[in-house]
Amino acid sequence: MIQASRDLIARWWPEPLRLLLFLAGIMAFVGLNAAYLVWVERKGAGRFQRRPGPTEVGPAGLLQPIADAIKLLSKQLIVPAGVDRSLFRLAPLLVMAPALAGLAVIPFSESLAARNLNVGLLMIFAFGSINVMAIMLGGWASRNKYSIISAARVVSQNVAYEIPMLLVVITMIMVMGTMNLSEIVGAQSGGFWHWNLLRLWVNPLMPLTFLIFYTCMLAETNRAPFDMAEAESELVAGAYTEYSGMGFGVFFMAEYANILLGCSLATVLFLGGWQSPLPFLPTLGPLWFLLKMYFLVFSVVWVRWTFPRTQFYGLLNLSWKILIPVSLVTLVLSSAMLKLF
Amino acid sequence: MKNILTEVYFGLKSLFIGMRITLGQFFKPTITVHYPYETLKIPPRFRGHIELVRDPSTGKPKCFVCKLCEKACPSDCITVEGVKPEGAKRKTVTNYRLDFTKCSLCGSCVEACRDGAIRFSREYNLASTSKEEFIMDLFQRLEAERNRTGQNETLDTPESSQAKPNAQAPRGLDQTTVSEPKVIPAAGAPKVEAT
Repeated sequence: MIQASRDLIARWWPEPLRLLLFLAGIMAFVGLNAAYLVWVERKGAGRFQRRPGPTEVGPAGLLQPIADAIKLLSKQLIVPAGVDRSLFRLAPLLVMAPALAGLAVIPFSESLAARNLNVGLLMIFAFGSINVMAIMLGGWASRNKYSIISAARVVSQNVAYEIPMLLVVITMIMVMGTMNLSEIVGAQSGGFWHWNLLRLWVNPLMPLTFLIFYTCMLAETNRAPFDMAEAESELVAGAYTEYSGMGFGVFFMAEYANILLGCSLATVLFLGGWQSPLPFLPTLGPLWFLLKMYFLVFSVVWVRWTFPRTQFYGLLNLSWKILIPVSLVTLVLSSAMLKLF
Repeated sequence: MKNILTEVYFGLKSLFIGMRITLGQFFKPTITVHYPYETLKIPPRFRGHIELVRDPSTGKPKCFVCKLCEKACPSDCITVEGVKPEGAKRKTVTNYRLDFTKCSLCGSCVEACRDGAIRFSREYNLASTSKEEFIMDLFQRLEAERNRTGQNETLDTPESSQAKPNAQAPRGLDQTTVSEPKVIPAAGAPKVEAT
């Protein structure tokens, strides 16, 4: 039935229209998520600190993100004197675009993926590296000392954390033998013990590998406790200091879009994507994927409100002295295991 | 090498312990007072600005304009005026002006009053954009209160002291949406279990 309707759609709907629909769908998904993850973040922060969080606008503060969005849209976009105007305006878009592009290859369910690329994983990381440059450009173009400090921090932080992350991804590509995200999910079918997280016969350190990936994901998206780029108690708002109105709004949305992308990728690589956790439970479209992904998103909020911000040398020490050696060990270990067994 | 490994192990373990503790807090009830929907119970000796006390039998103020409070006030913020009606033994108050901008709530007036005709009110929701709002006529305030409640007895006796539902809802709040406030005992801060 589903297959038949898919064939029907494939025959009658021209490819460009399909792509446009997916583009609009992804943009709406990212926009809504960015708005409502702010609500989740604020509500979560409230609960972790044992206060109610937003309550006034709408039931349980549910209309708060919409009110915030209207406020941000109606504010003036101030471009301060002396900034590099074109870079200043370009930077927020450059942060947003890689996240949108990355989501295009994420398989939300068996049949729901905008593009089933054979090099999907590579594409996400290729676009992901633009992120660093965009925040750096934003910080540089702002002509503000805090922004420049933040830009320098972002570069050293993201370079440091991209290495263990890519080492982990290389491990996963070796284990799975493919860069196609749908195939990676497909290989993890049949219960949670088949997920890559628990693929202990390939690599006994797999849960640790997942932890490294998760930590690097937090650092790459500049989330607390690694939010050196924003560091509001030290650098005002870091690279975003001079941004106002929707310029800031886009940065803000991009942060959540990147979290979404990172959590989706972690779900696909380690938690079996849209596969159900128990073999007798049905795979209900994107349901399991969304559940797992939003659990990871919640854990990102959870981590933020549990740990204080690390100091900068602690951050770099963690990457260069612990994460990189450990991820190298897992890489060597899993390649040896693959060769031996 | 062994040191590094143990450090990493215990560091990682401590992270998970921290996560467990915060998640435990996540599911516990909130400890904040959701003002203005909830208010704390006001302590019995709370000193709001002074107010006139009514005689429960007549519904009139007890004050008979002896002006002791006026004399006792160190910052000169009380002005009492009254008239003696035909055939009455005592004067009755017609105008009790309190300049709350100068009052330091020292309580000398309450101590000086021979008949217990003034006391501290329990009003704390005081905010205004003009200074004149705080130069108040307590007699008119009392009359207005009687007209509002229709009762001779003042509801707000110190013994049954409870925070009043704030008369003015905060700006932006629809008056009708303000529910009956839940009063929380004011035993300092709510209890937090030591972990």
